[in-house]
Amino acid sequence: MKSIQELEEIRKRTLDTINVRKDRSGTRVVVGMATCGIAAGARPVLLAVIDEVKNNNLADVVVAQTGCIGMCRLEPILEVYKPGEEKVTYVKVTASKAKRIMNEHVILGKVVEEYTIGASEQ
Amino acid sequence: MEMYRSHVMICRGTGCTSSNSEQIVKNFEEEIKKHGIENEITVERTGCFGLCALGPIVIIYPEASFYSLVKPEDVEEIVKEHLVKGRVVKRLLYAESVDGDTIKSINDVEFYKKQYRIALKNCGVINPEDIDEYIAFDGYKALEKVLTSMKPEEVVDTIKRSGLRGRGGGGFSTGMKWDFTAKAAGDKKYVLCNADEGDPGAFMDRSVLEGDPHSVIEAMAIAGYAVGSNQGYIYCRAEYPIAVKRMTIAIMQAREYGLLGKNILGTGYEFDLEIRLGAGAFVCGEETALIASIEGERGMPRPRPPFPAIKGLFGKPTLLNNVETYANICQIILNGAEWFASMGTEKSKGTKVFALGGKINNTGLVEIPMGTTMREIVFEIGGGIPEGKKFKAAQTGGPSGGCIPAEHLDVPIDYDNLIALGSMMGSGGLIVMDEDNCMVDIARFFLDFTDDESCGKCTPCREGTKRMLEILEKIAEGKGEMSDIDKLENLAKNIKASALCGLGQTAPNPVLSTLKYFKDEYVAHIKDKKCPAGVCTALLNYIVIDEKCKSCGICAKQCPVNAISGQKGVPYLIDTEKCIKCGACLSKCPFKAIYKG
Repeated sequence: MKSIQELEEIRKRTLDTINVRKDRSGTRVVVGMATCGIAAGARPVLLAVIDEVKNNNLADVVVAQTGCIGMCRLEPILEVYKPGEEKVTYVKVTASKAKRIMNEHVILGKVVEEYTIGASEQ
Repeated sequence: MEMYRSHVMICRGTGCTSSNSEQIVKNFEEEIKKHGIENEITVERTGCFGLCALGPIVIIYPEASFYSLVKPEDVEEIVKEHLVKGRVVKRLLYAESVDGDTIKSINDVEFYKKQYRIALKNCGVINPEDIDEYIAFDGYKALEKVLTSMKPEEVVDTIKRSGLRGRGGGGFSTGMKWDFTAKAAGDKKYVLCNADEGDPGAFMDRSVLEGDPHSVIEAMAIAGYAVGSNQGYIYCRAEYPIAVKRMTIAIMQAREYGLLGKNILGTGYEFDLEIRLGAGAFVCGEETALIASIEGERGMPRPRPPFPAIKGLFGKPTLLNNVETYANICQIILNGAEWFASMGTEKSKGTKVFALGGKINNTGLVEIPMGTTMREIVFEIGGGIPEGKKFKAAQTGGPSGGCIPAEHLDVPIDYDNLIALGSMMGSGGLIVMDEDNCMVDIARFFLDFTDDESCGKCTPCREGTKRMLEILEKIAEGKGEMSDIDKLENLAKNIKASALCGLGQTAPNPVLSTLKYFKDEYVAHIKDKKCPAGVCTALLNYIVIDEKCKSCGICAKQCPVNAISGQKGVPYLIDTEKCIKCGACLSKCPFKAIYKG
């Protein structure tokens, strides 16, 4: 028999995994996954992002993919959309860079300037 | 925690299953494995999304991309493009959701925009075979609230104040029913669920049982607490195998979690549930017949009073509600009576699920606030009539209801307005008819149904429906007399006044309402021996239009009884004596030179 507390635990645990089906207002992390992105190594980046979401229980973060945005030479590209803030585009991302972006930008709100497209263009 | 970046939801309701959605599930699972992304993406079988006309339906989150009319061979492309590369396959999206280059969210699509889902809240969103998903979306929270913080009388009072009325047809106040059963004296009481959905064209109860079975289980447990019962039965027709299977799984899972059985959630409350299968008799949807059937007797009604609330199953006080009624209960408990009562019209609160069928583009299930007009349902949500045909009438309430003609399209729909129009809410079947439907034929169809389904216990229903059907058949064959209309009206009034149960009392409604709004069609059948809609075959003749006929002879080759003759250069001729009115010539003529009338 389940107690009320156990039921609440199931509720929380399952909601974390299926929350993606609800409308959410949280952060969107988008990875470019066209042929160019995949060839440049977007899959390990995506997996690293998912891992970080998992490990930190970021139930309100949506992980999505997108196609080619035309800057194939800068792939893998990762974009972070925070509600009410400008989109931040990171380029030439690797799995370890993705981890840092997740921890510093997505969780703590501090943009990792050195990885952004602005920094790479200078 | 398991975490998937993308959820593929595939409809496994009866509609989509019959168009091969199980194969689609298998293909998704295979393709996803092939690409090695099975740890990132989960595939879930879910309940009805409502837009059955465009099934099989697949929704992919987090984008909430709405794929319609998906074929098993499309899956490879969806996985490769959408799931691997993140490119939505626009060509397969529901056309209404694509607007030039932008893809609209499902909630902005005409079909869903005006809907408000309470009873269907979880349908298409959760996997109905996984109790954890139901729990995640506030499942069993209402039961928890009731058992830990409310007295039984407070529960009854909440339901009363919400204004919820029975969704199965009659529209009796649900709270009053609970109150009567709670106050009835008895050592043992029962809680029943009527899932013997029998109206032709209605399938909302099936969809709830298939898509969200736990919402019914939870509501019945709450009802048991409110009225003082610890045993419930769900009476479901055996023709709903998927619903029965999902409900059986759901009951087992609820028992495992201790949400059914003894000492529920450690509160000492005991309640358990069993399913009873009906053999598909329409009359068993009537409460006393349903009770007799559960008892193992022949499914026949008995006179009321005593009402089941006083003397029901096995002679004990019994609460009986419909599936859709139960599907509203948990939301009322969680959100409060005032929330529910704030929706709808003065005497009809909340929402109602309608099953759209007949001559309408978006065949399927819709849930709308009470007070929405028929025009909004048919032309906005339903997408209008196919092929630009003209709306003639909407039939509500199935064999117990009636027709609503075009002039009443703007009446807000609720229980009382429908009765004032000579129809009724019924279980919510809504069949749309266009100019090609003959109203005499519609009345004949429904009388044929009730005559067949009459249990035979009382004379007015057994004999009366048969006599009415005979008269209607006579009229449809062109042998009617004007006095037949009076006879029909007379019989109808007597049957309504004297039949034993709801089946007989409402059986004449289709005739009365078509007579009220479409008397001219009856007169045309009787006086002119014509069927204006071209449906009643006895009154039809297939005729060649001489000017259009090119004497190709295709019609003569098609005719199975050699009723068409002719030669080159001269228009062909149909021998109406020999003609069996099969219509083969009309559909094959390349020049549209044959008409029926």
